[in-house]
Amino acid sequence: MGKRTIIPFGPQHPVLPEPVHLDLVIEDEKVIEAIPSIGFIHRGLEKLVEKKEYTELVYVIERICGICSFGHGWGYCHAVESLMNIEIPERANYLRTIWHELSRMHSHMLWLGLLADGFGFESLFMHCWRLREKVLDLFEKTTGGRVIFSVCKVGGVRKDIDKADLKEIVNVTRGMEKEFRELADTFMKDYSVKNRLAGIGVLSKEDALELCTVGPMARASGVYLDMRLTGHGVYDKLGFEPCIETAGDCYARCIVRIREIYQSIDLISKAAEMIPDGEIAVPVKGNLPKGEFIARLEQPRGECFYYAKGADSKFLERFRVRTPTNINLPALVKILQGCDLADVPMLILTIDPCISCTER
Amino acid sequence: MASFKLGRMVMRSLFKKPATLMYPVIQREWQERTRGHIENEIDECIFCGICQKKCPANALTVDKISKSWTIARMQCIQCSCCIEVCPKKCLKNMNIYTSPSTEKVVDRYVGSPQESKPVPKAAPEEENEAVGEKVL
Repeated sequence: MGKRTIIPFGPQHPVLPEPVHLDLVIEDEKVIEAIPSIGFIHRGLEKLVEKKEYTELVYVIERICGICSFGHGWGYCHAVESLMNIEIPERANYLRTIWHELSRMHSHMLWLGLLADGFGFESLFMHCWRLREKVLDLFEKTTGGRVIFSVCKVGGVRKDIDKADLKEIVNVTRGMEKEFRELADTFMKDYSVKNRLAGIGVLSKEDALELCTVGPMARASGVYLDMRLTGHGVYDKLGFEPCIETAGDCYARCIVRIREIYQSIDLISKAAEMIPDGEIAVPVKGNLPKGEFIARLEQPRGECFYYAKGADSKFLERFRVRTPTNINLPALVKILQGCDLADVPMLILTIDPCISCTER
Repeated sequence: MASFKLGRMVMRSLFKKPATLMYPVIQREWQERTRGHIENEIDECIFCGICQKKCPANALTVDKISKSWTIARMQCIQCSCCIEVCPKKCLKNMNIYTSPSTEKVVDRYVGSPQESKPVPKAAPEEENEAVGEKVL
């Protein structure tokens, strides 16, 4: 038995885009235990429900996180619409689905880039982010923002996408598919990449279920779990089926996200074909949010949970977000046990941590 | 298993133009919908203060008495909420960002005195010149 040492990892570390701290108890280069601590970027956004009216709060909620901003806006709007019994127009639902899937694409491409950067493949990282830029340009053209869109509102969406722009979205994403195939091939087949990912950080299906993992992390371990199956948006009409892998290692998590990018491209094309004409928003007047509602949404990182409690006034009584990273942290601690010190950055990256969401 | 899977893409990009722009020599093309910054057509503004109430970032200050509309540029989050609630539609979204700055920029727009209202004394000429000006 070797000497036990504690290595502090983070909150400032080259592989971490956001601050999270881990105390790694190591013994001969093997991690015995990992003790995570969060709380470096708490901003108290949930407290702002007391100060902002429910119609303006959506701008605050969107700014919880830069990468999943659209999903947060949608989750909030869905919760408040349900409190007020508002039925949103079909076209708005389709538009939300298209923007949400574009968000998923850019989130997964960002993650692939970070992963490539994490294992030291600099040019792969650059090419992933170069491709992601095209999605951001589409966002800028259709919503006006590259990262924060401000298009979701209670009752529908603020901006419409006309036929020409829809066609452009389909053309651009289809064009990206070809280029992305080359990048995906590198992730899936390259010898050195596979060596860094395959067989590392295996999470069995039993553990995944026991530790309540969500999103690509759970799907990579063979758990059939995707909130898009519960019928939010128009996923049921688009014939959605989740991508499942069974290996449960870093490689499987990478494959799930790559397959989800292809799937998002297909979903966007289908939605652009099927989108009906009509109104994009209904006026919100009269009744005020009352009662309680829980909305669940599939964010790029997994299931996100929005709890809203109305007080029959313009201000909500309580709004709470439970984010996927928060739920995946116990699984991270589990897979870190027994891994090599050199694999720790890989393992932290493969849960796709979003600490801003987690701490709000 | 294969090595150098990215080789073809890397070789291709050797003979392509860079994916980035040589900013600021080459300016970026802004989209029509880009939320760059907010401008106020101050002569149409009625200083009702709805935008100030609705602003999620508390970046706006409207003063009905001195007829001024002030925006803290660094505080504004470009959400376009004020544009949506404006009853006179005098707020406009410009698709160019404001220039970077190391100081907290506050723009103040001052409206012209209303002509229909009887003014007890003739307004001094200097004040008329300041109509619609932008004070930094």
